[in-house]
Amino acid sequence: MFSINQGWRYSVLDFIRKTGRTGLDYSSSVGRSGLFLLRAISGLPLSLDGLSLLATQIYKVGVLSLIIIVVSGLFIGMVLGLQGYNILIDYGSEQAVGQMVALTLVRELGPVVTALLFAGRAGSALTAEIGLMKATEQLSSMEMMGVDPLRRVIAPRLWAGFISMPILAIIFSSVGIFGGMLVSVDWLGVFEGAFWSNMQSSVDFSEDILNGLIKAVVFGLVCSWIAVFQGYDLVPTSEGIGIATTKTVVYSSLSVLSLDFLLTAVMFGGI
Amino acid sequence: MYQRSVEVAVGVFMLIGMAALVFLALKVSGLTTDSQKESYKVYAQFDDLGGLSIRGRVSLAGVTVGRVSDVSLDKESYSALVEMEIYSDVDNLSTDTVAAIQTAGLLGDKYVALSVGADEEVLADGDTIFDTQSALNIEKLIGAFASGQVDI
Repeated sequence: MFSINQGWRYSVLDFIRKTGRTGLDYSSSVGRSGLFLLRAISGLPLSLDGLSLLATQIYKVGVLSLIIIVVSGLFIGMVLGLQGYNILIDYGSEQAVGQMVALTLVRELGPVVTALLFAGRAGSALTAEIGLMKATEQLSSMEMMGVDPLRRVIAPRLWAGFISMPILAIIFSSVGIFGGMLVSVDWLGVFEGAFWSNMQSSVDFSEDILNGLIKAVVFGLVCSWIAVFQGYDLVPTSEGIGIATTKTVVYSSLSVLSLDFLLTAVMFGGI
Repeated sequence: MYQRSVEVAVGVFMLIGMAALVFLALKVSGLTTDSQKESYKVYAQFDDLGGLSIRGRVSLAGVTVGRVSDVSLDKESYSALVEMEIYSDVDNLSTDTVAAIQTAGLLGDKYVALSVGADEEVLADGDTIFDTQSALNIEKLIGAFASGQVDI
């Protein structure tokens, strides 16, 4: 009787202790990631050497993502054109398909889908690369040599993601609009003049395009922050790298989707 | 050599991005230098705007000759006061010009359609158009039919 009672007491204490530890761990990792972001953003070496590191990373993160962005943008634009046409033809206003495709892409799908693809294509690679550097102790040997890995390794990657994301999102939207035009004008026979003029009268530069661009900038910062921090902060084992890569994709997707709702509510919600 | 080709690729990438932004600005949002085009202001009072808003089109014979720059309520006459910016090269609108609010298509945007009268004098900056026709209000029209005020 005594021993059962004691065992129960221990398990309750253990549960409380574990909850407390999880909470502390979580807070400390949030704090660490914030400090990490500040140091990495301010740590970009602006020398010629640093800029060439940045160029290499923009090449890896941005230029090599171009193909997936262009192909998916084209197909998403084509699907939007097809679906929009099928719905709008019922109301006899199929000319409005250009307006629908452009607004959907520029405001929402451009930034969001680009960020999701970016997290999957570039973010996971960043995490795995930095994680392997940590696991093979390249980061600590850099510190031994007096090179700050935050400046040398992390800052160029963070800045590269931050710079590439908006460019990729703009390219995605443009290619998508082109794809929508391909389907609705060239295939389904919507009058081309009405297609463009409807689009131009409803899309506003500062209201729609600049707001979409702001979204892309925010998503770029969040995605590359998560990717780089997960890589830098992981448990340096092969299993740890796997977990961190998964976390990067999951956390990036969730934060992009929830931030998108917040930003949309602020920008277009009329609050 | 490898570094150089990387830099070239990054440069091309950024140029493509800028070209895409220019495409979005000019072709998709129709951003032009029209807003800097010289214009003069003309006012008109309407009983009912029926959804006409700022940035709306002002057209003459179907050609855009200006835009609506402000919409406000005239407190004295309880009617809507519309401020229009007419392009300076359209400088021969007579003082008895009629301004009517019309709809593009069945459900499209509202715009102001001008039709020129026969007067010798022309509208100048700050003048008011007195002869106006308000927007066609479908609810009012149906209401008038339903209550039998209008003979069919």
